Amino acid sequence: MQYTLSVLVENHAGVLSKISGLFSRRGFNIDSLAVGVTNNPDVSRITIVANGDEYVVEQLEKQLNKVIPVIKVKRLHDGDFISRELILIKVHCAASKRAEIIKTAEIMQAKIVDVAPSCVTVEYSECTSRVETLIDLLKPYGIREIVRTGTIAIDRGNTALSV
Amino acid sequence: MISGAEIMVKCLEAEGVKVVFGYPGATICPFYDKLYDSSIRHVLVRQEQNAAHAASGYSRCSGLPGVCVATSGPGATNLITGIATAYADSVPMIAITGQVKSDLLGRDVFQEADITGACEPFVKHSYIVGKTEDLPRIFKEAFHIASTGRKGPVLIDIPMDIQLNEIESFTYPDSVNIIGYKPNTRGHAVQVKRAVEAIRHSRRPLIVSGGGVLASGVKLKFQAFADKTRIPVISTMMGIGVMPSDHEMYLGMLGTHGKPVANRALHDADLVIVCGARLGDRAVAAPDQMSEGTTVIHIDIDPAEIGKNVKTEIPIVGDMKNVLNMMIDEIGDYVVPNQWQETVKGWKKSFFRTAPTFEGFVEPRALVAKLSSMLRSKAILVADVGQNQIWCANNFMIRDGRFLTTGGMGTMGYSIPAAVGVKFARPTRDVVVVCGDGSFQMSMNELATIVGNDLAIKIIIMRNHRLGMVRELQDVHYHKRHSATVLQGDPDFLKIAEAYGIDHAEANSNEEAEAIIKDMVKSDKPFILVCNVYPDTPSI
Repeated sequence: MQYTLSVLVENHAGVLSKISGLFSRRGFNIDSLAVGVTNNPDVSRITIVANGDEYVVEQLEKQLNKVIPVIKVKRLHDGDFISRELILIKVHCAASKRAEIIKTAEIMQAKIVDVAPSCVTVEYSECTSRVETLIDLLKPYGIREIVRTGTIAIDRGNTALSV
Repeated sequence: MISGAEIMVKCLEAEGVKVVFGYPGATICPFYDKLYDSSIRHVLVRQEQNAAHAASGYSRCSGLPGVCVATSGPGATNLITGIATAYADSVPMIAITGQVKSDLLGRDVFQEADITGACEPFVKHSYIVGKTEDLPRIFKEAFHIASTGRKGPVLIDIPMDIQLNEIESFTYPDSVNIIGYKPNTRGHAVQVKRAVEAIRHSRRPLIVSGGGVLASGVKLKFQAFADKTRIPVISTMMGIGVMPSDHEMYLGMLGTHGKPVANRALHDADLVIVCGARLGDRAVAAPDQMSEGTTVIHIDIDPAEIGKNVKTEIPIVGDMKNVLNMMIDEIGDYVVPNQWQETVKGWKKSFFRTAPTFEGFVEPRALVAKLSSMLRSKAILVADVGQNQIWCANNFMIRDGRFLTTGGMGTMGYSIPAAVGVKFARPTRDVVVVCGDGSFQMSMNELATIVGNDLAIKIIIMRNHRLGMVRELQDVHYHKRHSATVLQGDPDFLKIAEAYGIDHAEANSNEEAEAIIKDMVKSDKPFILVCNVYPDTPSI
């Protein structure tokens, strides 16, 4: 089972290592981890996407809560939140294929952000499954490089996670 | 103007620290220089690890966080095992380390080690101090974090320039506000109601007492609860001493090295109330140790412990003290079904065995049992790790005293340095160490600390020239192939004692040992008693 956790932490040096260390130490597998400062400059928000059964998620939440600079841990529930990740894909692109690739990007609402004689770079911001779809569509042309930010997520509606 | 080093000393004074255990070095020299003028006593150990163990022993018997100090690099890394031991045993501790100057950090200079990084998995929290101005807040927070919630060690790493820098003035904060640290100690009333309801409906309830009961300082109330309800009690290794050993409804320690009667009760119980215990694999090893369908109530101050090792139906997060008060109010005149009381009492009789003796040797289990009655009632026994620990855990008859050992980490060499700390916390009590010849040699360098500080610690070495517990494992699981478990080249411990100027004696039978102990307990000086034990004496 895949699950998404939002974690508010004090914005100090060393906090991220306390958290990332916890995963390997306790044998939790994470798919992605993204971190950035929030509207409150003293607070950072970490989004963690991880895999495991109910026991693992519960332990993970509890262990995260024990880390002193962790302020809040919230598990986001499927369908109730919006998730996005940003990806940059450099695709091999002979001049003859350029129109085809641009068309694919357009259909997916992705952007071409750089063009070179034998490459194009596509920027895409979407949920993970759409990102995977785009990668699959571009694969046949030959992918040279991929950079992904990892998922960030936010609750739908009026609820807001704050300190 | 006031220097960082002076602030460090003032912070410790403000926290009421009377004694610190440590070992100096270059990067912690500014602090040691200021400590020289302070009324805080410094105890110089002979290796840094033992400073941490001494702080642990001090803490466990004083109820205050123990403080240990070391220099950067190897001094700091030597502390790690002691810090990890305190973490596993949930002992409040402040570890202070010197660090190279801030502008040299990360350059791999002489005696530099990333100690906050290295200790990450073993501390409740750690700080590397970036500004002299931050010292008072950090010390205040560190003592607060170490001694509240689930207790544990906090590390403060202080670069030398931070100690040397001077600032305008010093004020120690009155309170702390750590936004991410607000431990829940209250206990949920509805959960307590559910728990009491479940107890009322059970036919064979059983209490497992853990170290959390002692950490919460609620021993007497806990005993009163058990007395009144007549619910049988078993304990984890860390929970030994919660109940007087001879209490009618107390069955002893559970687990792989526990009492068969305690394990039998755990197996047959239909409801188990776990009080401040994590139930590690040595406590509840096999899943069938508890019967299918046993209801588990788990009371713990650390929510992460609940459901971690044992499936729990009724979790109660809170301090034992508060939860117990609520339970006492809720449970009223409840008394356990008579039949269960009688069954348990019957088992106690039928499971009782006397250990066989071997001619020309001391029988350690019988000796430990006898030792209990020869000490004053508030005696503190510090056991090391290995067979000696199990002999003590199962046979020392506690009255109002304490039994200390490292049940969580199982660190060999713990007993002697821990006893040093214990004696500083409780100078008027009988403090006795029981260790093996293996564990003795892991920290016998601390005999100098004992002598140098006039500590009347009595050390009983159970000598079998073996690493007995590992040897037992080899007997059972490794076809009796005794790989590296025979101690060759051991010195004459009596001569070691003599070299330190410590009174000493040797015993080859229980009669001899008892006669020596009789004199030993009267003396106000340290003592080493070497007991020769038959090598094949089992743990249980």
